[in-house]
Amino acid sequence: MDFLGPEEWQAVALSLKVAFWATLTSLPFGLGVAMLLARGRFPGRQVLNGIVHLPLILPPVVTGYLLLLTFGRRGPVGGVLDQWFGIVLAFRWTGAALAAAIMAFPLMVRAMRLAIEAVDPKLEQAAGTLGASRWKVFVTVTLPLIAPGVIAGAVLAFAKAMGEFGATITFVSNIPGQTRTVPSAIYAFLQVPGGEESAVRLVIVSVTMAMLALLLSEWFARRVARRISGR
Amino acid sequence: MSLSVDVRHTLGDFRLDVQFDAPDGVTVLFGRSGSGKTSVVNAVAGLLAPSQGRIVVGEQVLFDSAACVSVPVHKRRLGYVFQEGRLFPHLTVRQNLLYARRVSGNRSQDGLERVVDLLGIGTLLNRKPGALSGGEAQRVAIGRALLADPLMLLMDEPLAALDGARKAEILPYLERLRTEAGVPILYVSHNVSEVARLATHVVVMEEGRVLKAGPASALLSDPGMVRVMGVRDAGAVIEARVLRHAADGVTELQFSGGVLCLPEVEADIGSELRVRILAQDVMLAVERPSGISALNILPVEVLSLRRGEGPGVIVQLRAGTNMLLARITRRSADALDLREGSSCFAVLKSVAVAQTDIGLGLQS
Repeated sequence: MDFLGPEEWQAVALSLKVAFWATLTSLPFGLGVAMLLARGRFPGRQVLNGIVHLPLILPPVVTGYLLLLTFGRRGPVGGVLDQWFGIVLAFRWTGAALAAAIMAFPLMVRAMRLAIEAVDPKLEQAAGTLGASRWKVFVTVTLPLIAPGVIAGAVLAFAKAMGEFGATITFVSNIPGQTRTVPSAIYAFLQVPGGEESAVRLVIVSVTMAMLALLLSEWFARRVARRISGR
Repeated sequence: MSLSVDVRHTLGDFRLDVQFDAPDGVTVLFGRSGSGKTSVVNAVAGLLAPSQGRIVVGEQVLFDSAACVSVPVHKRRLGYVFQEGRLFPHLTVRQNLLYARRVSGNRSQDGLERVVDLLGIGTLLNRKPGALSGGEAQRVAIGRALLADPLMLLMDEPLAALDGARKAEILPYLERLRTEAGVPILYVSHNVSEVARLATHVVVMEEGRVLKAGPASALLSDPGMVRVMGVRDAGAVIEARVLRHAADGVTELQFSGGVLCLPEVEADIGSELRVRILAQDVMLAVERPSGISALNILPVEVLSLRRGEGPGVIVQLRAGTNMLLARITRRSADALDLREGSSCFAVLKSVAVAQTDIGLGLQS
């Protein structure tokens, strides 16, 4: 790609890697939480809902700082990960992926939850009477019906992860090649004289990807309605 | 294979306290909406856990509160046909049918073809449920339930959401199911004409309790049940064999009380039919009337008279070994001096019998 210089290209590639792993690893958790919120009837459901949505409302710098406290090398979780498994998140691209995943989580859960709520539990009941166990019902009826919604949520989460800035820079800083994702790179380019041209090119990339993701996600969300109507 | 139900349950203000046995054939749970019929079927299916009771199908105990037994829904092997079909919208008709066979572990390979034939859904196999009419969807739903190879079929008002024409389209399939599928059916309905067409056994429910249970022919000709069925819907059913199709368009049927003339019925000579004769369509005469357009004048004996709260009287009649009901005014009953044991003539216009009240007999 001639459009992007090597430094810019490095940022885009890193962003893609971070967003990919952030989306993939949070997918099962997102689906589980969406199921709990859509179908579960348990005390504390509203609290869980609140926690999931917190990153949407909190200043990203707060989320990033909390991540640093928890997952930093001396943090309660980060310390255990470091000493027992040799996994370090702080100031690594894996940490950027964690920050991106947490910031994108509410969007993912929201899209999936809407899809699950559109499925009539009576269909699942009918599958049960035909001899399908709960797990089989989920795999053969619920999951195929909500699949477009799950993809819509994943696409949205991916786009959000691509653009995450505040929590990322607080948690893992802005290290070229390691944690300098597209937004961090734009920020860095704007700090140096003559960097504006690079910044603008990355801005164009960001806007294009975000727009594509939104359109794609909308398209998949509409597929849920079509699937459920059975036409 | 028979079903034995003993269920007690409380839902808010509503108390369910039901005991009955359902033998082979079609057992109709009959009652107004809110009488607890669906709760009973849901308890049998395992979708509702009663607070107390015992449910047994054949030899298998599905639920026993005393022994803490409750077989989970997916292991009960009962086919459930719901009011709204509940076909899987992401699958075609064929996939819906195969789904049932797969998840139930039904190994028989000929099943699909037989069920498709029985229900006449061969042309629908590649369609999605959204492209089916209500009647078609319901036939597919029945097929899907059958392909799960159930010990028993549960049907919760499967025709209630359909209009008259669609109902008439499905009823013959249900009659075939009764004789050909070899699966006992528990059928919920609040529609008397469905009871008359399909039931071999009826359980009448009222406010969460069983009011009366027995063979369909006995219950439908029981004057005591007229209140429950509704005076305009009450009527006995008789089984009759097609004698001949006359050239003038009248079909003659033989039953134990004589010959019954009906407007042309599409049925082979010799076939057994079940005919419902509404009580309000039967006139009574103490002498054989002459010079009258009605074709059916049957000698009968009065078995009982039952006065209702209004001006009407329900007269139970014996014609051969069959029973009929006639609904007349108290004034007529007095004028004719009808009493138990008196002989008279039942008069029935041929055209009074609706085509939808003529169905396949139990023997056919």
